[in-house]
Amino acid sequence: MAIDPRTEASLSDDVLELFVEGADWESVVDAVEDETITINMGPQHPSTHGVLRLVLDLDGETVTRLTPIVGYLHTGIEKNAEVRTWVQGTTFFTRMDYLAPLFNETAFCLGVEKLLDIEVPERAQAVRVILMEFNRIASHLVWLATGGMELGSTTMMVFGFREREHVLDLFESQSGLRMNHAYIRTGGLAQDVTEDFVDRCEALLELLPRKIAEYEDLLKRNPIWNDRLRGIGPLDAETATRYGVTGPLLRAAGVPFDLRKAQPYSGYEQYEFDVPTETAADSYARFLLRIEEMRQSMRIIRQALDTLPGGPVMVADKHIAWPSQQSLGVDGIGNDPEYIRHIMGESMEALINHFKLTTQGFTVPAGQVYLPVESPRGELGYAITSTGTNKPYRVHVREPSFVNLQAADIMARGQMVADVVVVVASLDPVMGGVDR
Amino acid sequence: MMLLVTSGVAPYLAQAESILDVGDTFIVPLLLKLAFVLGIFFVVPLVAGYLEHKAMARMQHRRGPVEAGPFGTLQLVADGIKFIQKEDLIPSAADKWVFAIAPGVALVPAMLALLVIPFGPGVFALDLELGLFYVLAASSVSVLGVLMGGWSSANKFSLFGGLRAGGQLIAYELPLILAAIAVAVQAGTLSLVGIVEAQAEFMLFGTGINLWFVIPQLLGFGIFFVAALAELSRPPFDMPIGDSELVFGYMTEYSGIKYAMYMLTEYAGMVTMSALMVVLYLGGWQLLPGVPLPGCEGAGGLFDCDVTGTLLGVVVTFGKIMLLVFVMVWLRVAYPRLREDQLQRIAWQVMVPLALLNLALVTIAKVVY
Repeated sequence: MAIDPRTEASLSDDVLELFVEGADWESVVDAVEDETITINMGPQHPSTHGVLRLVLDLDGETVTRLTPIVGYLHTGIEKNAEVRTWVQGTTFFTRMDYLAPLFNETAFCLGVEKLLDIEVPERAQAVRVILMEFNRIASHLVWLATGGMELGSTTMMVFGFREREHVLDLFESQSGLRMNHAYIRTGGLAQDVTEDFVDRCEALLELLPRKIAEYEDLLKRNPIWNDRLRGIGPLDAETATRYGVTGPLLRAAGVPFDLRKAQPYSGYEQYEFDVPTETAADSYARFLLRIEEMRQSMRIIRQALDTLPGGPVMVADKHIAWPSQQSLGVDGIGNDPEYIRHIMGESMEALINHFKLTTQGFTVPAGQVYLPVESPRGELGYAITSTGTNKPYRVHVREPSFVNLQAADIMARGQMVADVVVVVASLDPVMGGVDR
Repeated sequence: MMLLVTSGVAPYLAQAESILDVGDTFIVPLLLKLAFVLGIFFVVPLVAGYLEHKAMARMQHRRGPVEAGPFGTLQLVADGIKFIQKEDLIPSAADKWVFAIAPGVALVPAMLALLVIPFGPGVFALDLELGLFYVLAASSVSVLGVLMGGWSSANKFSLFGGLRAGGQLIAYELPLILAAIAVAVQAGTLSLVGIVEAQAEFMLFGTGINLWFVIPQLLGFGIFFVAALAELSRPPFDMPIGDSELVFGYMTEYSGIKYAMYMLTEYAGMVTMSALMVVLYLGGWQLLPGVPLPGCEGAGGLFDCDVTGTLLGVVVTFGKIMLLVFVMVWLRVAYPRLREDQLQRIAWQVMVPLALLNLALVTIAKVVY
């Protein structure tokens, strides 16, 4: 049975439902008393960021109510994590918000590390920061690209995705995957960065500022871009706070709330950067803000690269991870011969530990933790409960896309159909994160 | 009718001689002219479409079509064949007859408008004395097909698209026509061939400097260009299609050959409007102001041409048309889409007053000089 999330009463009492059937105009006009039209944007629609369904009540082209309906991309990742080990969890959560995979990995690992009460090596922390900030840039680039496309600017779409490719190339060179990396692991990183890591980052830091200036040239003073964004989707600070909206939307309303400053993690306190804010609280302010955030991200990356420490990228505790500084096998790909000799030839205990670590994973002391990180969309927090086994008892994710989406109605009311597209674009929801 | 013709009162008979008027039978020129108009209609829009594909791709750091034919030139032909093969879907709730004929209603006026447009010295099917009036009248019928498609599709997105198209046409028809009237006033004729001739003979305030109408009527040209874009629903005025808002507007439910007909209408419209701008403002087949075509005599050195002159005139005209199409593509690349209410505001608060001002200035100048 199809479930309409809005009650029957709300539909039938005040709204006359009419269906467009190509009938004789007169007979339709005579039947109209209330000129409200209800249309479904989505779940299959060109501008709904995946499978978001928006039910719009329209008076002419003016929106009187917007009801976002989610759940079309439900993956069950949260529930599934309960039957996976802690290590496998990383592989799972990276698939939620697919535009910010490294943030999901980091947030989950930070929580588990807190429960384990371990300290991640400095090199691993710095690499996490560098990759996360590049991920933020990539995510904002996709936002700019899709947002541009939704306003009819196909050029911006091509440009945005073009530069994002370069960032994904960097991720691929380090983790082997362009998305869903599972590169950040509990206790550190899956492996050390490659030798050309710094060079690759430098090349990106040289390329991106030029390209971002290009986007500004294309859009910032573009009269149509201005007309379409200014004053659209207003969300003042008070309303935003009441709805729990975080991230660029909140900062565009003038609230300088950024978890990297408010509650530093992964060593963000060492880096010098600004939390940009805007006061206009409209879509144009969010556009300017995200551009500026990309610049600040590059500032952080520059500092992190300059002070990149050496040393291991994984905790030394053999019950949590294999030794991180393994070399390759003689064939260039296999396992470290030293390590193999140790577990196969020298120590029975080492072999048992290796076997248990590989099959069962490590256990995490009982407890509860909630640790948020500042994802490109706002506060991304993992509430993790452990009962002391090798699997989480429950993992709940506070997903910024999901929380921010609540404000869509209040932002879209009284605006035109065309503005709904702008409102949703400026919210930047990722349905993989909303339905998890 | 016979009486009118025999008594010499034949106000709408052809003025200039078309090169297609060969022989002294009725049927040969007729067939030639039909072939000419159909040929233009089916070939030039494809060239314009290819230009759009390639120019847009280059501006966006892409390669565009490369596989079909040399340099991808046959891409649109391949697309056409694909559309013909596709299943012809009609929504069960649709008003079937209206739904079926709507693309045709949109398509035929675009074809009809090509009848009177001169593509070179003598290269036209008809020279109506009311040519300009006829073109504007014919091209505005297209929107009826759009409205029919939007209404009969039984789809809310289609309905919105159709209504937007209707509103857009009403808003932009007025500045378009006002700008065109100013040209007719300056030229003193509504015949398109006559307007080209008038431009070849127009001297700036008796100084002997020959100028195209685009210089004295720069404002009018700008208005006409923007209004033409809006009337064609070209970006940044493509709200009736508005793929991010209305799925695909009035075309949402169309597929196969009917969809292809709508697309052909858009490209044919681009060509027709560009050709009209070339004729009205850019001197028709004249290479440069004040420069006669080699091999031609007559007014301004643009008429009574030999074969070389005719071919050169055709090349010049199509070159100018493609240049304007290129500018339309360029605007599509550079600008996002306007919103419907913003479009209406621009039309009524900016374009119409400016067009009236332009008309007044041109009329005063015409009377004074």
